[in-house]
Amino acid sequence: MPDSPRQSYDGIAAVAPVTVPYERFSNRSAHWWLLKTLRGLMESAQIEPGKIDGLAVSSFSMHPDTAVGFAQHAGLELRWLEHIPAGGASGPIALKRAARAVQSGDASIVACIAGDTNHIQSFQRMTAGFSRFSLDAAYPYGAGGPNAYFALLTANYMRQFGATRKDFGHIAVCQRQNALSYPFALMKTPLTLEQYLDARAIADPLALFDCVMPCSGGEGFLVMRDETASELGIGSVRILAAFERHNAFADDPIQFRGGWVRDRELFWHQAGVSPEDIDLLQTYDDYPVISLMQMEDLGFCSKGEAADFARCRDLTNSGQFPHNTTGGQLSTGQAGAAGGYLGLVDAIRQLTRSALGKPVPDARRAVVSGFGIVNFDRGVCSSAAALSSQDS
Amino acid sequence: MSSPLPLPPKRNPQRKAKPSLAPPAARTRLGIRLSALASTGQLKLQFCKSCLEFAYPPREACPRCLIDDLEWSPISGLGEVIATTAIRATPNLYFRDRVPWRIGTVLLDEGPIVIAHLHGCCATGDRVRARLQLDKSGQAVFFALPEIENEFMNDDAQLREMTNDPKHRRVLITDARTPMGAALAAALADAGCRSIFAGVAELWRRDALLDDLSSFPKVELVRLDLTDTDSVRECAGEFGGKVDILINTAEYLRPGGFIDRRGLAAAKDEFETNVFGFMRLAQFFGPPMRARGSDGIDSASAWVNSLSVRSLSSWPEFGCNSACHAALLSMSQCLRGEFAGSGVRVVNVFSGPLETEWHDTLPPPKVAPSRLARELIAGLQRGLEDIVVGDVAKDIMSRWRDNPKVLERELAAGGGIDG
Repeated sequence: MPDSPRQSYDGIAAVAPVTVPYERFSNRSAHWWLLKTLRGLMESAQIEPGKIDGLAVSSFSMHPDTAVGFAQHAGLELRWLEHIPAGGASGPIALKRAARAVQSGDASIVACIAGDTNHIQSFQRMTAGFSRFSLDAAYPYGAGGPNAYFALLTANYMRQFGATRKDFGHIAVCQRQNALSYPFALMKTPLTLEQYLDARAIADPLALFDCVMPCSGGEGFLVMRDETASELGIGSVRILAAFERHNAFADDPIQFRGGWVRDRELFWHQAGVSPEDIDLLQTYDDYPVISLMQMEDLGFCSKGEAADFARCRDLTNSGQFPHNTTGGQLSTGQAGAAGGYLGLVDAIRQLTRSALGKPVPDARRAVVSGFGIVNFDRGVCSSAAALSSQDS
Repeated sequence: MSSPLPLPPKRNPQRKAKPSLAPPAARTRLGIRLSALASTGQLKLQFCKSCLEFAYPPREACPRCLIDDLEWSPISGLGEVIATTAIRATPNLYFRDRVPWRIGTVLLDEGPIVIAHLHGCCATGDRVRARLQLDKSGQAVFFALPEIENEFMNDDAQLREMTNDPKHRRVLITDARTPMGAALAAALADAGCRSIFAGVAELWRRDALLDDLSSFPKVELVRLDLTDTDSVRECAGEFGGKVDILINTAEYLRPGGFIDRRGLAAAKDEFETNVFGFMRLAQFFGPPMRARGSDGIDSASAWVNSLSVRSLSSWPEFGCNSACHAALLSMSQCLRGEFAGSGVRVVNVFSGPLETEWHDTLPPPKVAPSRLARELIAGLQRGLEDIVVGDVAKDIMSRWRDNPKVLERELAAGGGIDG
């Protein structure tokens, strides 16, 4: 049975993109990063805390609190509360659910936030106890964490579709170029293809610049009605389409595609635009192979052709196919669940002419894609959103 | 093809020993079921009888129909490697010391996908045989081996981390002046041991068994009397740091239970050798072995107990001996806890009556010492934790697993092994 068409998101706006500057290691708690993000949202929209009546929060390091404990910690009285544990897919999912909440009248202003702290041993501890399947069937195999599982996927993708390390390098090198002008990127030295290719091996075929650097940080935005945004006098973007999909293609022996394939037809239909109309694409880039997969699965090119597609395009903000405008996680760092918001938050900036780094010229439409949670051998969650500026 | 493992170089006594490290041990309760299977060399995965599909990783219900009576069913382990990687960076200290470490994704013929440790001979596209193997944490992992065995297959460095192959290792036989001690010395020499320390009480007393022992290559007779604390301490002082595999063959066996025995002399002798002897060994050989459990290709590797299958349930004709072995079984379980995380595996070898003078009154089948030695070594090479040798032991073990209370009654009724 095909999925039924979705109702539109007309009248709903995403506003107030906020990033709490990343730090490699932090001795603060996740709550500090999340509260700092919330405070940033209030300052950005010039609203009092009491105006926020909805909250979607994503974090890996809030333990032992859940969203409930966090809301009390934040002093928020809410009538809509959501915890989105979908890691890198969280941003578009939060946007979609918050938009529905506002549309239906369940909430007026929803704060969507994601953030994590990174203590010296945080990442190791998280990967060691990540999930039941990971405990029983993945982590004991070399304890490589995500690097190892994505090495297997990457090796398979290269074998199946003929992609090369150079193709992945092109993604990483272009993103680093974008990061050089983005103020919160942790990696601020230029990267050449030679440096990418010669980097220290991590898990064959992955090397250092294929892997993201865990860090601390927070990202957030607000969802409200267009009228509310106008009253507040803040720049906003429209939501053309959005979806989430979990555990798609569970019978594929190894992941070479994600849930986007299931949703892309309805997605473009609902958005009312086609891939050629998109001015910037934000993919979830925990590894370059996943960015290529998203280009294919969202319909920017055919399956197996993303390496060719990307290779002959300038992917920087001033190029013909702007991709991961902050430098992506590969160059800004991976602030836990905030990594699932990074592209979305900067897409809102780009479309509201408030880019912090080099702007994408005349950016009117953006697609933001998410991918998250390697529970056993593959990423389980996928999501995407299409956004447009108010003047397009 | 695998290449043979060269003899490890002699150790520099001034070099700091590697700390005891183990791979990640945390598992769910269902995951530990896999470890229980691996301990005896079985391979089963959960199977849904309605969907006729295997499920992996371990689950609480079938992911197709959500019925919760998944049954652990045998599976061939045959399959194809569809992707591989060599991990070169990991925060885990055990693996960090052993990189590059190769793993792969294996598509099993019956459907499931497993991530497996890879034998050095296995590459993408190869047919393999995946089996469950206990790693140095004592938990089960999949290990993919070449589908067709080759000569030096067991010498693979990653596989050797999971097995207790005696090749190039130094072995202590705690009481070698027994038929089993002699059989073990011969078989261990064949298996490529580096040295065999043959423990003998009253070393000055020569007999045929001792002459026989001395004739095997690599055997060094060492003074070791398990009933004498000083003797065990002295022996451990000299050899404790060199023992990679300890095989406790001590056995003081007399027939009889409790009512018809006069006094406690026999019982005390039995417990002194079998039970307190074990404790002395644990106190003096345990610490040096535990400290060397992760120390390279010839690390301390296994502590082996030779147990009577009577340890599972009393056999009144040998009631006091059954009690000793029940104690030993319990103590071996404790020892597993005490060695946990060190990389030293506690291996129990269960056998029925051996072909020895104290079993004269029992009818066959009985286990020849040479067979016990052969199967013990095969179990070490395979990396097992529980090894069951001979028809009687297999029979009792399966009845005990099926229903221990029924077995107890049958043995108590004098039905013995025939029930």
